[in-house]
Amino acid sequence: MVTGYAIEARGLRKSFGDVDVLEGVDLNVERGTMFALLGPNGAGKTTTVRILSTLLDADGGTVTVNGHDVAGRKRKVREQIGLTGQDTAVDELLTARENLEMMARLFHLSGAAAKTRAVELLAQFDLVDAADRQVKTYSGGMRRRLDLAISLITSPPVLFLDEPTTGLDPRSRSAMWDAIRELLKSGTTILLTTQYLDEADQLADRIAVIDKGRVVAEGTAAELKRKVGSERLKLEFATAAEAAQAHQVAGGVLLGTAVSIAIDQPAEVRRVLNQVADAGLETTGLELSEPTLDDVFTTLTGTAGEKR
Amino acid sequence: MTQTLSEETVGKQIPDTPDRRSPLALALSDYRVLIGRNVKHITRNPEMLIQAVSLPIVLLLLFRFMFGGAINLPGMAYVDYLVPGLVVVSIGFNSTTTVVGVAADLTNGLVERFRSMPMAGPAVLVGHVVAGVLRSLLSLVVMVAIGLAIGFRPGGGVLGWLGAIGLLALFASGIFWLATLLGSIAKTVEGASGLGMILVFIPYATSALVPTASMPGVLRVIVDNQPVTVLIDAVRALMNGTALGSTGWLALAWWVGITALAAFFAVRKFHQRSNG
Repeated sequence: MVTGYAIEARGLRKSFGDVDVLEGVDLNVERGTMFALLGPNGAGKTTTVRILSTLLDADGGTVTVNGHDVAGRKRKVREQIGLTGQDTAVDELLTARENLEMMARLFHLSGAAAKTRAVELLAQFDLVDAADRQVKTYSGGMRRRLDLAISLITSPPVLFLDEPTTGLDPRSRSAMWDAIRELLKSGTTILLTTQYLDEADQLADRIAVIDKGRVVAEGTAAELKRKVGSERLKLEFATAAEAAQAHQVAGGVLLGTAVSIAIDQPAEVRRVLNQVADAGLETTGLELSEPTLDDVFTTLTGTAGEKR
Repeated sequence: MTQTLSEETVGKQIPDTPDRRSPLALALSDYRVLIGRNVKHITRNPEMLIQAVSLPIVLLLLFRFMFGGAINLPGMAYVDYLVPGLVVVSIGFNSTTTVVGVAADLTNGLVERFRSMPMAGPAVLVGHVVAGVLRSLLSLVVMVAIGLAIGFRPGGGVLGWLGAIGLLALFASGIFWLATLLGSIAKTVEGASGLGMILVFIPYATSALVPTASMPGVLRVIVDNQPVTVLIDAVRALMNGTALGSTGWLALAWWVGITALAAFFAVRKFHQRSNG
């Protein structure tokens, strides 16, 4: 258990009826690191997490978590993992303290140990002031923090976070990021899923980009960004024909009547504009922006990221 | 975020390792924790308190003073006839929030979390049922107290009353297992509140409010022999100290059977849903 990966998945396959949700996903997550599964809705992120966390059986492939086979040793795996799903799984009528104590008792801690653990976690997740208020009065960010606290009751060595910040306002989001970073310091291995490139960038050591049930790219944030470019220049044209012409001279990705080009240095903007002007083309619009998840997909898969 | 976990606590189970206690002791502990959860809900959910406390009072005053004058029973005051029947009606009302509660647990992610924990399977439902039976007993106490204030003078002895309370508790567990079954069947919380109405209406097609003697032939045969009527007749006889006949054993047999079946199907359906 000293060496090897904390999470290892080989050729994961899963179908629901006729729909192939996973078509052979491979993942290696090193112990004590944060790994992000980045992809749009419907890419297969949640299905992957549900299989890795024993809630769903794969149709094919193998998974080990901390050396234990997920298919054969569910109970052993469940002792090693914490899971925070997309729905906050808390009891709205109880207080945060009562929720934590109840869950701790259900993990079979003694009454006294459950109380102590609840106090520790309330402090760790900045919920002390609201500890004795009913959860139904909580903001979205507070609920998520309580939810995360519950999945840490037994201090599991491996933690799954399924879209931990979806739907949160920017301030709650950065508070959540801080909480997650703290966990990493303590040596926990974390696999998180996200739709946000900046979230993966901020938190993860390695990122796997997943689309239509396949991993289309994997690497550090820096490696992926190198492929995508640090910024995107989008040039609009009056017609698709002009856009296609511009695409031929300046490269990038063709998107209907527009062309999107990766830009690493400011000087490149001038170069691209000169190339386009030299070809006798007139731009009708111009936009410089940070790369989005769509850009990652257009660059990595060559097709526009579908909204699903 | 003032504290961090120390290196040593990571990857180690917190003390009190599961292996030390027997599986039965662990299951009982799970049941106790989840019963505690649902009992706390009673005080937090105004709807439940209204159902358990206010509704019995309203029903009793309504039937006693609005309809009671028109109903004459040979050899029995209407209020003595009414109280046992209305206890059963209140139990039906109480069960509707449980239908909704189980459906809510299944749809909001809580059950998924429970599933990833080393917890006794039916504990969630046991929590709902036991807290429901307790709410029913609360309704019974309120109903009897208000009844006594407006002329309820039951002639049954201590043994009779203990028997009546026991039968009512059995009936309530049957009804609440049915409520958890309906809650597990419901696809949405809204659907659950619709399904819950079934349990509200069941006690009305009985001898709860009026004697069956005035009902037309076929209806009377059906109503007289359905399990809720048998139960009400037994409870009424035990509370008032009148002739019990065979209703006591019949009620016991019916409701032991119904409770067992309802519990079996509720647990099965609940597991199907939570594994889906």
